[in-house]
Amino acid sequence: MGGTPTDLKLIDENGRRIDGRLPEEMRPLKIEAGVLKRADGSAYVEWGNNKVMAAVYGPRECHPRHLQNPERALVQCHYNMASFSVDDRKRPGPDRRSHEISKIISEALTNVVFTEYFPRTSIDVYIEVLQANAGTRCAGLTAASVALADAGVPMRDLVASCAAGKVADTVVVDLNKEEDNFGNADIPVGYVPRTGEIVLLQMDGDLSQEQFEKGLGMAVEACKKVSVLQRDALKRRYAAKADEGAEPTEIREGA
Amino acid sequence: MGKDVVADLKRDYISKLLANGARVDGRRFDEQRPLTIETNYIGSAEGSARVRLGATDVVVGVKLIMGEPFPDTPNTGVLTTNAELIPMASDTFEGGPPDQESIEVARVIDRGIREGHAVDMAKLCIVPGKEVWIMFVDVHVLDYDGNLFDAANIAANAAFKTAIVPAKRAGKGEDYPLPVQHQPISLTAVKIDGKILVDPTHDEERVADARLTVATIENGNLCAMQKGLNGAFTIDEVFKVVDLSRRIGAEVRAKL
Repeated sequence: MGGTPTDLKLIDENGRRIDGRLPEEMRPLKIEAGVLKRADGSAYVEWGNNKVMAAVYGPRECHPRHLQNPERALVQCHYNMASFSVDDRKRPGPDRRSHEISKIISEALTNVVFTEYFPRTSIDVYIEVLQANAGTRCAGLTAASVALADAGVPMRDLVASCAAGKVADTVVVDLNKEEDNFGNADIPVGYVPRTGEIVLLQMDGDLSQEQFEKGLGMAVEACKKVSVLQRDALKRRYAAKADEGAEPTEIREGA
Repeated sequence: MGKDVVADLKRDYISKLLANGARVDGRRFDEQRPLTIETNYIGSAEGSARVRLGATDVVVGVKLIMGEPFPDTPNTGVLTTNAELIPMASDTFEGGPPDQESIEVARVIDRGIREGHAVDMAKLCIVPGKEVWIMFVDVHVLDYDGNLFDAANIAANAAFKTAIVPAKRAGKGEDYPLPVQHQPISLTAVKIDGKILVDPTHDEERVADARLTVATIENGNLCAMQKGLNGAFTIDEVFKVVDLSRRIGAEVRAKL
């Protein structure tokens, strides 16, 4: 979070953001279920300029075997960014950031999966970020939930995810890359609509208590919208499965 | 899986006590363990502190080495945080390359320091674009009885307070104190049976459903947060932990 370059105005006099959105407005979000042939379940999410794919394999035999749990399945998420997904080439392979994101997404998903149905197995969730533009962990978690459902893994609910943050002293949702780089705070949230509980939560930057409470509330409202689109994607996939040529409809938030 | 059997027994015991409003060590739910801070513990480090939070015992050493800045931040020093969960400290730690647990610890400590602007990194620039101080914050766990996040965070803040930038040794003028500007203090709470307990012991952590760490600075603003474990928090529970962090953060800051 560097200083704001003086020529960059993150919020204009009409209260519009750098890409014309209002503070509570999300970027366009498109979700598609069942996009890969080999995986047991998959999903593709296009969220603003993010392009993220998630694939699920399992429940299957757990490797390495010492990780097996005799009572439950292990949900193992592997978050990975493609080397070409960011402006400077990213060195391939997992770094510390992706290890951390994999861990917190695994934990968030474990909360909703009926892991007790599949003792000793592993449910592997692969998240590939093909194009990154801030908010990839939220996009990844959103895609992973749909992919798990697409794989037929029994779940209590789909985890929906969206971030809130602060740019130019205004609390907003779903920061884009410029806002993330030059903004003052970021709060990624993973939310379970059915229980109203939070399963993923991080924060960095500077927020007063009031700003945090407002931001968390806005992120939760955004997650509810994400949840509708997740369900929609699954309905399209299974209601119209015979009609393979059906194009997913793009749903624009707010606009 | 002997570990899980023990955890089940402990869970029963901890749950029974919690139902009566008590914790194993007799603390209130919102009470931190006794905290002792010993600064300048390591002579060979530029700054250091040994912190005991209950039976959890950590040493943080700060080393400053000259190096190159990152191309996108040519005018600021570099902060690198690392955590070593050595096998000596617990039977649950293993040797070898850092695993997800130690990476998370290091990154959460780092986030608190960095986002709370504990050190004015601009003052660690020697020649813009060419030479800066690289600050290594190394967390070494000696004895692990839960809540590494807060013990290490407090130790890092304490170590900064006494750290000296070794300019003379590097031929860059006189030594000067590390430019400390804020004290971002974290508080970790866990949820067990729907109850929120601050500063969990190892046993409490092992049976906890969910964990939340919140770091605040002097004016009560929030600078970093991390939720962990498989359980979930309600929104009101999150707000409660934020309140606790602001209150206990101020108490810890007074002890530094």
